[in-house]
Amino acid sequence: MKKLIALALALVLALTVCSAFAEEPITLKIAHIGPLTGPAALYGIATSRGAQIAVDEINAAGGKYKIELIDEDDEHNVEKVINAYNAALDAGAQMILGSTTSKPCEAAGAQGYTDRVFFLTPSASSTAVIEDKDNVFQVCFTDPNQGAASAEYIAEHKLGTKIAVIYNNADVYSTGIRDTFVEKAPGLGLEIVSEETFTDETTDFTVQVGKAQEAGAEIVFLPMYYTPASLILKTAADKNYKPIFFGVDGMDGILSVEGFDTSLAEGVMLLTPFVATSEDAKVANFVKLYEDKFGETPIQFAADAYDGIYILVAAAEKAGITADTTPEEACDLLIAAMKEIQVDGITGSMTWDESGAVTKTPMAATIENGVYVFK
Amino acid sequence: MTKAKRKRLIYNLVTFGLVIVAFIILENMISAKAISRSLKGQLVPICAWIIMAVSLNLVIGFSGELSLGHAGFMSIGAYTGAVVSGWLLSAFDMQDPLLRLVLAILAGGILAGIFGVLIGIPVLRLRGDYLAIVTLAFGEIIRNLVNVLYIGTANGKLHFAFLNKEKLPAGVTMLVDGAKGAVKIKPISTFEVGFVLILITLIVVLNLVNSRAGRAIQATRDNRIAAESMGVSVTKYKMMAFVTAAVLAGMAGALYGLNSSTVVPTQFTFNQSINVLVFVVLGGLGNVLGSIISATFLTILPEVLREFADYRMLVYAVVLILVMIFTNNPTTRAFVNRLASPAKKLVRKNRGETAGGGDVK
Repeated sequence: MKKLIALALALVLALTVCSAFAEEPITLKIAHIGPLTGPAALYGIATSRGAQIAVDEINAAGGKYKIELIDEDDEHNVEKVINAYNAALDAGAQMILGSTTSKPCEAAGAQGYTDRVFFLTPSASSTAVIEDKDNVFQVCFTDPNQGAASAEYIAEHKLGTKIAVIYNNADVYSTGIRDTFVEKAPGLGLEIVSEETFTDETTDFTVQVGKAQEAGAEIVFLPMYYTPASLILKTAADKNYKPIFFGVDGMDGILSVEGFDTSLAEGVMLLTPFVATSEDAKVANFVKLYEDKFGETPIQFAADAYDGIYILVAAAEKAGITADTTPEEACDLLIAAMKEIQVDGITGSMTWDESGAVTKTPMAATIENGVYVFK
Repeated sequence: MTKAKRKRLIYNLVTFGLVIVAFIILENMISAKAISRSLKGQLVPICAWIIMAVSLNLVIGFSGELSLGHAGFMSIGAYTGAVVSGWLLSAFDMQDPLLRLVLAILAGGILAGIFGVLIGIPVLRLRGDYLAIVTLAFGEIIRNLVNVLYIGTANGKLHFAFLNKEKLPAGVTMLVDGAKGAVKIKPISTFEVGFVLILITLIVVLNLVNSRAGRAIQATRDNRIAAESMGVSVTKYKMMAFVTAAVLAGMAGALYGLNSSTVVPTQFTFNQSINVLVFVVLGGLGNVLGSIISATFLTILPEVLREFADYRMLVYAVVLILVMIFTNNPTTRAFVNRLASPAKKLVRKNRGETAGGGDVK
């Protein structure tokens, strides 16, 4: 018996000594919330995996922080997202990376606003996500901000000054981007020479494209998803009209439209923060790690979440978050820290103001030989 | 007191007792802070789903009509609740959340009831599969209509627009914003109100099915021709069950909608109606207590299964299949009855009876 006690004491002593000498990194508990099942699972899995890559990197590098990633499924449902959020907090999460999609993020963010919990969403782009909430920040542009960013990009890179806009006036996304684009353009020396609308049912774009051609537009701005855009490109090719077509992130995917001649998309530009084929060292590194681990090419959502983890760590460091900081304490500290940090991620160099919207240099990719390239 | 009456009384007492005991335990857990956030966050949705299941059971279990549009009534209630609450706040500056919640729930119930009547008139002339398909279509129509509905409030007035948001006057505060759903709701639902609403639902449903009208409703279910030949107006009684269920679903919808900061049309799809149907079928057709238990169980289950991470929904489906088989298999039922019989005998002995009575479903 005595021996046993002695042994136990020795063990305790040994453990105490060990812990006293090793410089333990601070463990941060970050919860990723996104749709891992259901109709939007494609996006949630992408953000989950992107975040995982960043966590692996940070833990392997052995810096100040060690990250424990909690992954919760919200099924892209505004009821289930609250359950996911509560489960994350029960599991000890100090801050939230999520939610991936707009409506669930809006619901969970509002709950987090009441409870004082910090949210950084990688990809929820609607304005309602950050409106009236000081606790929610975005990695991606809001929908309307894409309009302003597009105008800035066009002006800065002197792509042309005569612009035609074709947009879907029955769609929030399309009208939101168009509104800010049209508002911003005149101040940047851009002239809107033609503005044409369509709706979800439109399949013939002869009139809209014809008007743009008659007005002599050098650039046709297409704030829309890729399906109508593919029809517009086809119509323009038939009319032998060759302006610069400029799209936004909804254009991402045009190369995979079934039955679409991808050669028509040659030279099309689109505003996107991330292309997997980029030669940038950081991006290439991320794409390689992602492909090795998951066997697929990352999409923009994954890149946003990857940056999201680095942003949270940067903000946590600035705010002095420790393993004992509660989510409520962390919230106000992180909100203050977010306004002070600048993060150079793979989707650009980012800063934030108190609205929660991100400011970063807009980047546009051009389609060349069937792939996106940055110029 | 006849045997049947006593049996019914005990069944009703057990139903109410269980709900009240569960409420008292949960309230104590909340005040002692001995409850996880996850469970606490689910309390109001569970209340709403219980009311949905019990009210749908009235239509399916007691009047014997398969309705697949129950989520449609819930969405009417949810939207009405959100609009009424937002309007009361902006127009009358009504700060009392409880009063707003009660008025919103009443409005949700009434509007859903009106829709119940409008839909019931043509629909209840159909039978069986036809009724199922038409109610399904109704649910989808409601969802598509709210998808293009815009409601805003300005200076205490409500403004409505359909299809085109631009028709609303400038400067309105949006309450319902088309495909974005009801927005900027101030969550005011409480577990206590949910509990009271469950009690009201139970009183209404249990009293109705045990009344003269309730017997008529069940008679039309069991044999329509026989009921008609006895002078029971089939349409009238089916309508009664259908509209009561619609009102209750509307109230549940308002409770559910006002628990969240936003409500979207995609929450009330056909799938959601099927979900409630699963609660009813699992709990047993015509078994109110069963509906309460299964709605609670199936709402909590996916959350309990979060540990399974990627396999969560798969495990959920497997558990659902197993429970269905288990509760409906004659062998397992006989086994459960055998286990329960010593207890029943004991109860009978204490009561000084030899047989019968006290058979709690």
